[in-house]
Amino acid sequence: MPELPIALPAHVPLSWYLILSVILFVVGAAGFLLRRNIITVFMCIELMLNAVNLTFIAFSHQLKQVDGHIYSFFVMVVAAAEAAVGLAIILTVFKNRSTLEVDEVSSMKL
Amino acid sequence: MDALLFFLFAAIAVGCAINLVLQTHPISSALSLVGVMGSLAVLYLLLGGEFIAAVQLIVYAGAIMVLFIFVIMLLNAGAEKKPTRNILRAAVALPLLFTLLAIGAFLVASQTPSTDVVKFGSFLVGGHEIGRALFTTYLLPFEATSILILIAILGAIVLARKEI
Repeated sequence: MPELPIALPAHVPLSWYLILSVILFVVGAAGFLLRRNIITVFMCIELMLNAVNLTFIAFSHQLKQVDGHIYSFFVMVVAAAEAAVGLAIILTVFKNRSTLEVDEVSSMKL
Repeated sequence: MDALLFFLFAAIAVGCAINLVLQTHPISSALSLVGVMGSLAVLYLLLGGEFIAAVQLIVYAGAIMVLFIFVIMLLNAGAEKKPTRNILRAAVALPLLFTLLAIGAFLVASQTPSTDVVKFGSFLVGGHEIGRALFTTYLLPFEATSILILIAILGAIVLARKEI
């Protein structure tokens, strides 16, 4: 392996993983607040769930316990269930109103 | 080598996440989300989570994203129309989000000592450990999850019926 121009540490501190997780969560929250397409909003929720999963795995590695992996496994299962129901709701909303803009479905009654 | 892989895949993850938010077409956003999930799977491997990295790729990048892309294609969702009231919204939301980012990064940096380093291989979790914990300590949540999935299947079927 060739020598790198900048000196990289051999190992990464735990806090860098957590800061990466914070960045991903904030980007997901920004998309959730600013985007108007309901499918993109839904994908931003998945991004935030993934950021939290990274925190669980990082702390699990730090504490040398398996529990964080179990929690993130449950988060994935719940996200799968949520995606199935949420996308079915999106399909129904689109069938009834023929739009995917969140601003145009702000009232529950037609 | 650890640090190099971390930087490479962290950069891919953040870049894909920002691309997800900036793209106007939902298919581009979905493909960016696949990129985020793939690079997060590599980061899970660096943290020693073999099983969870495989599950991340199979369930998230495989099943859930296929569902998303299927729905996007089914609805024939095009690019977003030009945003009209987005400027006011961004002017309020972006400073608050930067504040959230700053507070989160400050808390993480101040609370975790920098001597805690992540060494690849010092803690590996395979399917064996996960299965043992899942079927002993976490048996009740596991069973409750199966009921949750059953309810989700029923809910999806009810919502997809014709007359709603």
